[in-house]
Amino acid sequence: MKNPIRLVSILLAVAGCLPAHAALKVLATTADWGSLTTELGGDHVNVYVATTALQDVHRVEAKPSLVARARSADLVVATGAELEIGWLPVLIQESGNAHIQRGAPGYFEATDALRLLEVPSQVDRSMGDIHPLGNPHVQLDPHNIQQVAHALTARLTQIDPAGAVYYATRARDFDARWDAAIKAWEAKGARLRGVPVVIMHRDQAYLCHWLGLTELASIEPKPGVPPTAAYLGTLVGKLTTTPAKLILLNAYNDPKAADWLSERLHTPSVVLPFSVGGSPAAKDLFGLYDDTLNKLLAALK
Amino acid sequence: MRSLVPVAALLALSTLPTVAPAADDVASLRAELQALKSDYDTRVDALETRIKQLETANSAAADAAAALATAPPAPEPAPAAPKSGGASAFNPAISLILGGTYAYSSRDPADYHLGGFVPSAGEVGPGERSFNLGESELTFAASIDPYFSGQLTAAINGENEIEVEEAFFRTTALHDGLTVKGGRFFSGFGYLNEVHAHAWDFVDQPLVYQALFGGQYKQNGLQVKWLAPTDLFLEFGAELGNGDGFPATRLERNGFNGATLFTHAGGDIGDYTSWRAGASWLTQRAEYRSGGIDDPAGVPLFDSFTGDSDTWVVDGVLKWAPSPRRQLKVQGEYLSRHETGSIFDAAGGLLADDYRTTQSGWYLQSVYQFAPRWRAGLRYDSLDGSAPEYTLAPPGLADTGPDRVSLMLDWNPSEFSRLRAQYDRDNARDDGERDRILRLQYIYGIGAHGAHKY
Repeated sequence: MKNPIRLVSILLAVAGCLPAHAALKVLATTADWGSLTTELGGDHVNVYVATTALQDVHRVEAKPSLVARARSADLVVATGAELEIGWLPVLIQESGNAHIQRGAPGYFEATDALRLLEVPSQVDRSMGDIHPLGNPHVQLDPHNIQQVAHALTARLTQIDPAGAVYYATRARDFDARWDAAIKAWEAKGARLRGVPVVIMHRDQAYLCHWLGLTELASIEPKPGVPPTAAYLGTLVGKLTTTPAKLILLNAYNDPKAADWLSERLHTPSVVLPFSVGGSPAAKDLFGLYDDTLNKLLAALK
Repeated sequence: MRSLVPVAALLALSTLPTVAPAADDVASLRAELQALKSDYDTRVDALETRIKQLETANSAAADAAAALATAPPAPEPAPAAPKSGGASAFNPAISLILGGTYAYSSRDPADYHLGGFVPSAGEVGPGERSFNLGESELTFAASIDPYFSGQLTAAINGENEIEVEEAFFRTTALHDGLTVKGGRFFSGFGYLNEVHAHAWDFVDQPLVYQALFGGQYKQNGLQVKWLAPTDLFLEFGAELGNGDGFPATRLERNGFNGATLFTHAGGDIGDYTSWRAGASWLTQRAEYRSGGIDDPAGVPLFDSFTGDSDTWVVDGVLKWAPSPRRQLKVQGEYLSRHETGSIFDAAGGLLADDYRTTQSGWYLQSVYQFAPRWRAGLRYDSLDGSAPEYTLAPPGLADTGPDRVSLMLDWNPSEFSRLRAQYDRDNARDDGERDRILRLQYIYGIGAHGAHKY
């Protein structure tokens, strides 16, 4: 008589350890959020990343393949602050999936957990491609990643309460590793504090803010507006009197203007991965920061 | 009697423990009690086992609770203050498109027609010469509540008329890939029919859309779309409407006129290439639809048509985007229409009741973004205007084959502005003399940032 009971209790115990359902389907808009979701969700999540680091996330097509992924997603992890405004609303609208509609638990925006830089007091398109809700390119400040990780853990738990222990354990583990990594990066990057740089677009603002790099100028005269020859001319004049040490460029940027400027000013230009997958070394979030710092420090020598 | 003994024993145990039982029953009672006791022992054992199981489960739950308690804190509330408050907080997203052209055409645009096709009463031809104001498109869109969203697009044309281009609600709370749309909307068949004018890659629609739908087909009705739960994009749609749009006519009766079925599939090929292809079918009815085909002398063969109209559409689009600054887009569609019914003269007299035609057309176009702000395009249009067949058809009715080649170049200073030049060698009239058309166009978008479909 006791054997069947034992068998049942063993089965119950085994079932308690295994996910009682299929992995959560997550559609992440960028590889950074994809990497973070994998860190926190482990094998409880099945992550599909909508873009690559070599794409400009402002301008992505609402491709049929993405609509199909949105249709079956349990959770969309987006940057928010209108970064994906040109394509994500179409995916959600076409998905026929009530779980991921804006306002539903299955729709997560990273920037909801953050205080954004550069929130304009006034907006007008004559100012270029500015983001009315603030600068959405938040992934290059590791403290942001940490805050988003907390919010995302809470969201994963809300959507999948059965995995609460699992997510909490992974979140604690990630938090500890990330804390240690931040300390290491900040120690390593201390040399970069106050280093004058030229940036390409406002999407490097968080990196500069974190590392204390001094932004002297931007190659884009206004966000999203490519430089004219005349503007580059004045930039050369300005940077000759106040020289920069580095010109920062992202993997997806057109290097032409930066290369031209770099040659003119004899200032090294550094191509940063910007996003997970933006360089061979930036395989995940840890790699992204390791590689970004290595490239900055190597160029400074 | 014996069956009552345990009951008595229980009663004695529970309610009257102090009452002394009859002496001769004591032995049997004792035996019964013993039996009960051993029975209870078994049950208590079973209960204890269960309690132990529950305790194991509880400690797991306690572990979970402990883990949660030490888990990172819940996110801070969003620090951002509300963007706007008061009555304006729920204002819909508003966007406005401004557009206009300067047109040169070597032939008089007033006699522009698609040779061999019945007039489609829509936007056909290059428009008037010189400066023209295009449609100013005003769009309002917002969520209505957690269940629906709504959108209105009104087009104000250069003749100071306002047309409701689209006005519809759409469900947002349905599951399993279902979306229902109702109101007035561009039909979901093919590829270009749903695309608003400001997002076209050329100044105008392909000839086949002009010939078969007067530019774009819209009606008042209902659309149901279902997206399959597959990684391959696979959608199926059906529409019913009032038929208030060429080639159908609005019927003076209850029910609907005009059913559309469409399906699209799509996906990626590698990292840089994406595609979508589809097939659609429309069936409609026309009653006393005015407009006839001209005979070789330019005189209309008939004045109106009553009958059935069926249209097949096959569409495909391929996009290749190897970098954020370069993109190649190739698209093409084939449309074929079959109509059968009766034709009437201007006085309403029956000319033939066995009228039938099968006419078709296709286009193939390619647009290449060769620099961040520049795109060039080439389009070829072709129509097959087979002559109608009916008993009393006059002899000498010839098939027609209008065609056109278009070259396009546009410059896009930002996402919100586009300046375009387009040159056409246009043989739409199919009368042996080509029309050379040059159009310069501007398209500007102000207000809310629109999101474009694929």
